[in-house]
Amino acid sequence: MSLDKATVAKIAHLARIKVPDEELESLAGELSQILTFVEQLNEVDTKDVPPMTSVAAQKLRRRKDEVTDGGYAAQVLSNGPETAEGFYVVPKVVE
Amino acid sequence: MTALTHLTMAEALDGLAKKDFTAVELTEAHVRAVEAVRPFNIFITETPDAALSMAKASDERRAQGSAGPMDGLPIAVKDLFCTKGVSTTAGSHILDGFKPEYESTVTSQLWRDGAVMLGKVNLDEFAMGSATITAHQGETVSPWSPGAPGAWEKKIVAGGSSGGSAAVIAARAALGATGTDTGGSIRQPAGYTGTVGIKPTYGRCSRWGIVAYASSLDQAGPMTRTVEDAAIMLRSMCGFDPKDSTSVDMPVPDFRAALTGDIRGLRVGIPKEYRVEGLSAEIAALWDQGIAWLKEAGAEPVEVSLPHTKYALAAYYIIAPAEASSNLARYDGVRYGLRVEGGNLKEMYENTRGAGFGKEVQRRILIGTYVLSAGYYDAYYNKARQVRTRIKWDFDEAFKSCDVILTPTAPSTPFAIGEKMDDPVQMYLNDVFTVPINLAGLPAMSVPAGLGADGLPLGLQLIGRPFDEETLLRVGQVVEKAANFTALPPFVA
Repeated sequence: MSLDKATVAKIAHLARIKVPDEELESLAGELSQILTFVEQLNEVDTKDVPPMTSVAAQKLRRRKDEVTDGGYAAQVLSNGPETAEGFYVVPKVVE
Repeated sequence: MTALTHLTMAEALDGLAKKDFTAVELTEAHVRAVEAVRPFNIFITETPDAALSMAKASDERRAQGSAGPMDGLPIAVKDLFCTKGVSTTAGSHILDGFKPEYESTVTSQLWRDGAVMLGKVNLDEFAMGSATITAHQGETVSPWSPGAPGAWEKKIVAGGSSGGSAAVIAARAALGATGTDTGGSIRQPAGYTGTVGIKPTYGRCSRWGIVAYASSLDQAGPMTRTVEDAAIMLRSMCGFDPKDSTSVDMPVPDFRAALTGDIRGLRVGIPKEYRVEGLSAEIAALWDQGIAWLKEAGAEPVEVSLPHTKYALAAYYIIAPAEASSNLARYDGVRYGLRVEGGNLKEMYENTRGAGFGKEVQRRILIGTYVLSAGYYDAYYNKARQVRTRIKWDFDEAFKSCDVILTPTAPSTPFAIGEKMDDPVQMYLNDVFTVPINLAGLPAMSVPAGLGADGLPLGLQLIGRPFDEETLLRVGQVVEKAANFTALPPFVA
């Protein structure tokens, strides 16, 4: 499997990572190498084999839907690069 | 008396109990050692003041007769564990300035049991790597590197991603360290530095408060200089945590009590598929030696087959990046760490993540994004999960005829920084013996077993049944005693 520059640019956009144009070519090469490497999985017979969802032999626990923690907005916000009035501040998203 | 920094945890606990020295004295010796290892770039953050105040509190507890099972033992913490009020970077630029408001469950249990924190140690960025060379804070150099610190003949890798943890113990600057293991990140650096590392069964240690890489594979574990110390530290790290939905509600055994030395009649599986191409002759010989040691101790070697071993790396390099691409979506410049402004919100996200993530992390996020994208999900991600099931079945089948499995930890001795780095796939081969265990969720450990012709350490790996860390430790100690690994790295603090 080989990825071209346009595909890498598209994936980078989906992943919200800015990749400079001049790096797309080498990145396409590296990603293609990895995808070629994983192609060997097609040799494995996986007919009727369930895809693994969890290695832990247990079901997810249930708990009561109730508030057990919280009430410290200042701590939650303390690491925000920009905050105001108890909110995170981001560039304007609505015109 | 042995220098305080050369004691094992078990010896240090004895010395503290007998009042041969205080926790403050033990910690002061280690704080000096932490300063001495600075040329190796092991610590991202040193916390000497916190260490000394924790040590003082430890001495007070001991005087009152309420010392915990690790009371007064100075340890280092991989900088992937959130520590309240102490910078936590995951080795990434994108977490610049992040000081968690909470403590990870595992570290809180270590402090509960009296351990003393020396600081936060280096790793590969977001634990993605096998050499501890990709962190924004620079590469860690192994104390096994020949030559004087700073003027090495060549710089040897400490392994990764828990390379700082491995290096700090090998250099005698901490009695133990926490690690995390997603595809071998505890066992491979332990093997590369002549130390002991355990990846417990998935679910044994809470993942809460540990920066996530691939959540279905990540597991924390102890790194120490002896098997007994690993048993001591593992007991403090394990335990049910309702804050981690995959934490298993099971009693935590006294792992130290399992170290009876008696392995008579135990069946040791030797997987024939691990004799891979590229396995060095000296590692093959060491493996045979390991088999002989266990046989002498009364165990019975049996050949087992793990036919899907060769596909584990390929499955891993789909599953782990897929989970990483999702886990790392949270680093967006809004809630913590780095923000690089842009013309609008989307540009801000892209600029922040473009500048904040290193190359290997970007590569894995992109692969993960690709294999999860519409049209490729079944071909890549689901296929990999099916292969993962078959790998698990292989182990289930093997454990019908054996009680523990013995393999090498890594296919070679540690390499020099700069080698093997052009080709990501070549780099991934370091993990060929460790990755299948994470895919199957099993416990495994690396025990130092000898030195290669180049004078660098070699480890043997033991793999156990789910939640049977006790057998693992018991056999591990037999290997440890037989190997009698006493070599010291060229540099010790």
